[in-house]
Amino acid sequence: MDIKVIGSGCEDCSRLYTLVKECCCELGIKEEVGKVEDLIEIVMLGVMSVPALMIDGRIVISGMVPSKEKIKEFLEESRL
Amino acid sequence: MKVVGNIWDIFQNQILGMRWLRDLTGEVLKAAGVDIMKPLGGALQFFIYDVIKIFVLLAVLIFLISYIQSYFPPERTKKILGRYQGLRANTAAALLGTVTPFCSCSSIPIFMGFTSAGLPIGTTFSFLISSPMVDLGSLVLLMSIFGVKIAVVYVVLGLVIAIIGGSLLEKMKMEKYLEEFVKRAPSVEGQIIELTRKERIEYAKTQVKSTVKKVAVYIFIGVGIGAVIHNVIPQEFVEAALGSNNPFSVILATIVGTPMYADIFGTIPVSEGLLAKGASLGTVLAFMMSVTTLSLPSLVMLKKVMKKQLLAAFVVITTAGIVIVGYGFNIFQYLFM
Repeated sequence: MDIKVIGSGCEDCSRLYTLVKECCCELGIKEEVGKVEDLIEIVMLGVMSVPALMIDGRIVISGMVPSKEKIKEFLEESRL
Repeated sequence: MKVVGNIWDIFQNQILGMRWLRDLTGEVLKAAGVDIMKPLGGALQFFIYDVIKIFVLLAVLIFLISYIQSYFPPERTKKILGRYQGLRANTAAALLGTVTPFCSCSSIPIFMGFTSAGLPIGTTFSFLISSPMVDLGSLVLLMSIFGVKIAVVYVVLGLVIAIIGGSLLEKMKMEKYLEEFVKRAPSVEGQIIELTRKERIEYAKTQVKSTVKKVAVYIFIGVGIGAVIHNVIPQEFVEAALGSNNPFSVILATIVGTPMYADIFGTIPVSEGLLAKGASLGTVLAFMMSVTTLSLPSLVMLKKVMKKQLLAAFVVITTAGIVIVGYGFNIFQYLFM
């Protein structure tokens, strides 16, 4: 599973990153959570509102920091 | 017509303006032995009343607005804007700027996303000017404090600045002053996440929480300054600096406001205090517009994607627009008060 948190270093971005890491830990997901902070890369991914969460190339969250339950839902979904 | 007028007055004063809350705060303070006729007591009343009012309005408004905004992610805005050209594109960008969720940390991805999709630079700037300056929340908050006429005029003029400012930057052929990497960035079709109604409500709730957290400090500071202006600073002082007798008042207010960064919700109580103490309406509006639209942090951010010529043109045009609107308002002030 390829998990990436996208955002150019704003407060919300690091908050989302921490939450996603926590969720992975709690769900026993071993994959590394990646960070995309480079502006060009962000644009290349077609992301315009940060923070965003991308799982296996699919943007599941964009422009908000959701609850942990919501993040877990997405993670579980992609694990199947 | 008279009945409608009366009902509107009640709505305006009691629901939007929460006049009852001010009276209640006054009564409670009186019961506690505070003399609200004295400057300090009056300042306290203003502070408590304004803080509660703004937080309640903020929570309700952000919820409603975020719900609407969830239909307009920037990816969709980009697509919609691609259909228009010329002045219509600028107008559409300015209008969409009022409903697209915007935070300064997204301004660069939005900027690059727009330009890489081939949107003209003027369209992008119309969006960037209108988005922080005019949003649905400020419209309702302005109504609550200054009344409908002023609120509508503020919004309309804000849109006009955004449209004309963007068009001018377009006419000046400023594309060459974008940083190289911005010009080279490929256009990528963004993925638009379709949300269910439950998810939209969820989104609106998270927005309320994070916005309240983010702007709380600005509100406290803003209302604090407003309360001091309201009750402690002498009328003559404000009048002399920002009233109709000082021909430079608008320029002064704009220059002071430009480097400052504050949310519109924190700016309004300060303006409220200034206005009550005899500052001219146009001067106060110019102050609000410059605080919200231009700030050092956002300029530092924009500097990453453009050369200083373009950044300077952006600042000069926006500031000039704000100053013109300020003076215009002062000339026609008698129509609104």
